[in-house]
Amino acid sequence: MVTPMADFIFRALLAGLLVALIAGPLGCFVVWRRMSYFGDTLAHSALFGLALGLLLDISLELAVIVACLVLAVILVLLENRRELSTDTILGILAHSSLALGLVIMSFTDNQLNLMAYLFGDLLTVSNRDLIWIGAVVFVVLGILYKNWSNLLTITLHEELARVEGLNVIRVRLLLMLLIALIVAVSMKVIGILLITSLLIIPPACARIYSRTPESMAAIASIIGCMSVCGGLTASWFWDTPTGPSIVVTASLLFVLSRVSGIKGSAASHQEY
Amino acid sequence: MNPNTLISARDISLQFGQRNILNDISFSISERQIVTLIGPNGAGKTSLVKIVLGLLKPSDGCVETRNGLRIGYMPQRLYIDQSMPVSVDRFLKLAVNANNNEIDRALSEVGATSLKDNLLYSLSGGELQRVLLARALIQDPDLLVLDEPAQGVDVNGQAELYRLISDIRDRHSCGILLVSHDLHLVMSATDEVICLNQHVCCHGHPEQVSNDPAYLELFGKKDAEALAVYTHHHNHSHGLHGEIVDGDTDG
Repeated sequence: MVTPMADFIFRALLAGLLVALIAGPLGCFVVWRRMSYFGDTLAHSALFGLALGLLLDISLELAVIVACLVLAVILVLLENRRELSTDTILGILAHSSLALGLVIMSFTDNQLNLMAYLFGDLLTVSNRDLIWIGAVVFVVLGILYKNWSNLLTITLHEELARVEGLNVIRVRLLLMLLIALIVAVSMKVIGILLITSLLIIPPACARIYSRTPESMAAIASIIGCMSVCGGLTASWFWDTPTGPSIVVTASLLFVLSRVSGIKGSAASHQEY
Repeated sequence: MNPNTLISARDISLQFGQRNILNDISFSISERQIVTLIGPNGAGKTSLVKIVLGLLKPSDGCVETRNGLRIGYMPQRLYIDQSMPVSVDRFLKLAVNANNNEIDRALSEVGATSLKDNLLYSLSGGELQRVLLARALIQDPDLLVLDEPAQGVDVNGQAELYRLISDIRDRHSCGILLVSHDLHLVMSATDEVICLNQHVCCHGHPEQVSNDPAYLELFGKKDAEALAVYTHHHNHSHGLHGEIVDGDTDG
């Protein structure tokens, strides 16, 4: 028999593992393409979506997803102009959407627990949240699988890919939309301020154990899942906040991977 | 268009905002012809190559290509993030679903068979250039576009690379557009030189700098740079910003 107590832990674990599973391969592209600031910007715009959802009294999940998708499209469009660097554009969008979100939120009478969205509230994941997360994760996983080669090709050299006949803009937009979707649904799991870390730290750990892009993606998923388990355990025993505990676990795994990496490369250094 | 002509650019001009990058450029490349584009930094070489490849739209003029033309492109450099573990084999497989035979053939053609299982970011500059060349060859191109293929390659390696390029032309009967700033190394292989500085300064067969066949033996030596003068006469000069100071623009 499943007690209600075990039930919410089970939901939390499942939600965390689902997000970690997809964050592995998607995070690899964030690392390879140096898009970590892009992840942060998306996360900030998620708060804007949330505020808008509250103000208009529509589904919050939908509002957040739409806000992230719209931001991703705006970015792809702005990136093709030359006046400002991507870095600057990201900075403008990230902070103006965060500020706008907070301003809009002050107009709603809903006393929302802002902390829960900033740092995640994994333990309150409902069955409905779980279905959302599950559906989005599997759609993203499917699209990622189908477009894997194309994504690798544009990551290696965009112009070469274009000369070889690939629609680079379409593939790049697709990647951004996938990241936007995952950021939107993992807000509840890990929080706006910490989402990017779940995309970046596991691939960074996985890097030294990998010889192919696929193995790096798979190992990143495993490390992400380990972080979720570790964070939940810490949260259970010491009553620490769940989202930050997951990130702390991931960071510890990163330090461990570096230490073992230094030993490993000392043993087989002549390769380079 | 002549049936032997692979690609023909006519009256190409390019502006970015107020800046003129390219002015009225026309040229064509035929089968088995090696055309070398030379010019100082900022002359618009890379922009012109991008226009030929269809990556950039000219502000004016047009590029005509032969029907069904297959272009193999070797970019100037592959900036690969150290965090991405991709082997040479995998990199080549990503090119239009190449099979193992095609990959082995291309690698042996550029003399890089032993690199097959190495990770891309562990390759030296010269090795990486060979791998990029192999990728351009996999598609059995009618036209090869090589943007500064010898970048990051030492002088001896450069000579070898250019010899390889001229062999490839003979074996594949393809046309080649080469961007280079060290003409002395490509002279023996080049059929046509276009000297570019926002417009075509001059073009034609590379002059025999020296009648001495020993000349080419010299390029490995330290003084090669100094000896390697492509003597051609400009009928005008350029100011600091590339504008024409005197004389006419007749290319």
